[in-house]
Amino acid sequence: MSTIPATHDAAHGHHDEGSYLTPRGPFLSTVVAWATTIDHKKIGVMYLVAVLTMFFLGGVAAMAVRAELWTPNRYVEQVQPDGTTQTVLQGDLLGKLFKADGLGAANNIYNRVFTLHGAIMVFMVIVPGVPASLGNFFLPIMLGAKDVAFPRLNLLSWYIYVTGSIFAVLSIILGGVDTGWTFYTPYSSTHAAGHWNVVFMILGAFILGFSSILTGLNFIVTTHKLRCPGMGWFDMPLFIWAIYSTSIIAVLATPVIGITLLLLIFERLFHVGIFDPAMGGDPVLFQHFFWFYSHPVVYVMILPGMGIISELIAVHCRKPIFGYRAVAFASLGIAAVSFIVWGHHMFASMGELASAVFSFLTFLVAIPTAVKVFNWIATLYKGSIAINTPMLYAMAFLFLFSIGGLTGLPLGALATDLHLHDSYFVVAHFHYVMMGGTIIAFVGGLHHWWPKMFGRMYNEKWAMLGCALVFIGFNVTFFTQFFLGTQGMPRRYASYVDEFQFLHQVSTVGSWFLLLGFLVHLGTFIHSLVAGPKAPPNPWGGLTLEWETESPPIEHNFHHEPILKHGPYDYDTTVPPHYDPADYPLDTSTPPHRSGH
Amino acid sequence: MTSIPTQHDHQPSPGDPSAPGWKRYVAASHFRSAADEFDACKLGFWLFLATEVLLFAGLFCAYAIFRMMYPEAFAAGSHSLDVKWGGLNTVVLLISSYTVASSIRCAMLDKRFWLHVNLIITLVCAAAFVVIKFTFEYGPKWAEGKRPGVLFDYPLWSHPQEPIWWSVYYCATGIHALHVIIGACLLAWCLYRSVRHKAYGPTHYTMLENSGLYWHLVDLIWIFLFPLLYLIH
Repeated sequence: MSTIPATHDAAHGHHDEGSYLTPRGPFLSTVVAWATTIDHKKIGVMYLVAVLTMFFLGGVAAMAVRAELWTPNRYVEQVQPDGTTQTVLQGDLLGKLFKADGLGAANNIYNRVFTLHGAIMVFMVIVPGVPASLGNFFLPIMLGAKDVAFPRLNLLSWYIYVTGSIFAVLSIILGGVDTGWTFYTPYSSTHAAGHWNVVFMILGAFILGFSSILTGLNFIVTTHKLRCPGMGWFDMPLFIWAIYSTSIIAVLATPVIGITLLLLIFERLFHVGIFDPAMGGDPVLFQHFFWFYSHPVVYVMILPGMGIISELIAVHCRKPIFGYRAVAFASLGIAAVSFIVWGHHMFASMGELASAVFSFLTFLVAIPTAVKVFNWIATLYKGSIAINTPMLYAMAFLFLFSIGGLTGLPLGALATDLHLHDSYFVVAHFHYVMMGGTIIAFVGGLHHWWPKMFGRMYNEKWAMLGCALVFIGFNVTFFTQFFLGTQGMPRRYASYVDEFQFLHQVSTVGSWFLLLGFLVHLGTFIHSLVAGPKAPPNPWGGLTLEWETESPPIEHNFHHEPILKHGPYDYDTTVPPHYDPADYPLDTSTPPHRSGH
Repeated sequence: MTSIPTQHDHQPSPGDPSAPGWKRYVAASHFRSAADEFDACKLGFWLFLATEVLLFAGLFCAYAIFRMMYPEAFAAGSHSLDVKWGGLNTVVLLISSYTVASSIRCAMLDKRFWLHVNLIITLVCAAAFVVIKFTFEYGPKWAEGKRPGVLFDYPLWSHPQEPIWWSVYYCATGIHALHVIIGACLLAWCLYRSVRHKAYGPTHYTMLENSGLYWHLVDLIWIFLFPLLYLIH
């Protein structure tokens, strides 16, 4: 063991040493105990459940979008049995399902379904997903703390998240929104279908912003103030660096979307005219505001995923991470650069000089990002790589994220962007980054930490099968869309010309494999909870602090406040906790590497 | 110079029922000490204040852009504001900022009576600000038809984009007024806790100090809003 009991810990006097999952009393009081808990682990699990529920809803919408695109929405001349020709509407799968009247109405339903998918996946799944669930659960434990700095605020954040989600769902029940997740004015403030639908959806996003701000603030303070004795800034696991950088962006960018959405609500309800060109307002101002938040928030989405990958790769190839400080500073670098690139979403609405400047600044993002990717690959080199689900997901991330990142460059370059702008190339690009990056890392991290969170192992074979299905399904679904985009298929249309049908159908078939993969994962996780073998405290031989405590962790995380004695990735010099040194010969052939010391 | 104790010298005596609330205060168990908790709360609150500044930054940005686009509309709109009431409200807020700072100082010096007096003056100032804003500024302007956006109905307008000016004016001052009310509620809560539980004293006054910081922020934003809205040509 690398920790020694700290003597002054007795002052905190915790008597209950059971797992945080152990029910206290009858069912009803257990439910009340969870609903009022201020334990970061329970709140993390509650977030996980809420986020996965929204992921399911957004996923259903995604499947509906792909199913609709199997055939184009359009009128065709059809020869009737009596020899006459008649114009009939064809291919409107969702239109028929919701009994839409005519092509316009059918297309409108498609608009609502993709908006639903986008808004839910962005605001309710990818933005809060990793930090609020895995971050909440593991940030304090990895720092050796008992909880986040402000536990009640943490619970409040969860309730705010749920309230915001309820407003969004209410908007969907009222008929949904057809603005796209970007809510561009003046369409969203004047024309978009359904007055209250739009107001509720925007209000939902506004409320969710507070949840992001409060969670971010909580994490920043926790990282500053609650690191255990012996843990300097450069002894922190890289997951913490990533969550810390994410939190900075969330705290600094979210207020701007807050005021933007508030003004948009005023615009919609009272027609104040600030974003309405008919009244002398400026719709491009809305776009600037929106992207001043929404571009940095793209890194809120990806940075936690990168943090997870740093953990997965180091632990599962049992090697000190290559260039610890470079990876840590790359997180901060991405956070810094994220604030000065928003203009690349609006090349069409800015002057030439501004566009050129933003294009150049956009390329800067590639530098810290590439630093991370090269460091991960260098870490893999000569490592003892374990082939298991977390590692497969880490490799899938490297593959998919690299494609996603590199296809971002032609979009950042002005000349190529003119051609690719608002095409399926963009759709494919951001799905490779958001899903191939964030969601893949999230699922990988979930497998990595599942034994710790719930104290049960999952079935490795089935999980690897699920991973393979997700990987194949993802590439079939989205790689085809790069071709569709370069050939000219615009995003957000339910109709298309015949030339695109084959690729659209390939993409739709891919989405079924993707669905199947996630269902396999769901089955594996449920099986694990019900019948999985009990997890040891340190199944992967990790060195960070969460592997020192029990699986699942006890109520107060640690029996005694830990004192850090080694870096997070010192695999060449340290026997992992709960391992017998006799069974764990250290590799002395390489010189000792003290990451960050 | 005698050194007065600070929050870093907090020695809790939780078992003593006769002790005032601030002496009995025990830090949450996940902090190593009350001093750590105090530092964490302050850091957290400063971050929160940063988010508030950024929230208003959006409004200031909108102001800058529209003033650049329609300078005449802004000048015309600004002239129909009454500098007297705006100036009076500025003075009211400056006084309240002084008294709220004094109330924190009184907590540090364990002068509970003056702590309460200062807080009450602050609350009176907050009420005065809101009353002036609504009865002498919003009320008459609204009645004249000087309203935001499509609601604008003032026959003697001098520039077609005046509704935008009023939109910016009402949004900025309205959201600021909301912050005044929230700040006053926080300070009222502090007053209640201090009267009822003697909650703030030399070694524990976190909530009071943070509420005071919030009040200063409200004041600071008004200090920027006042010249930008009332004093332009």
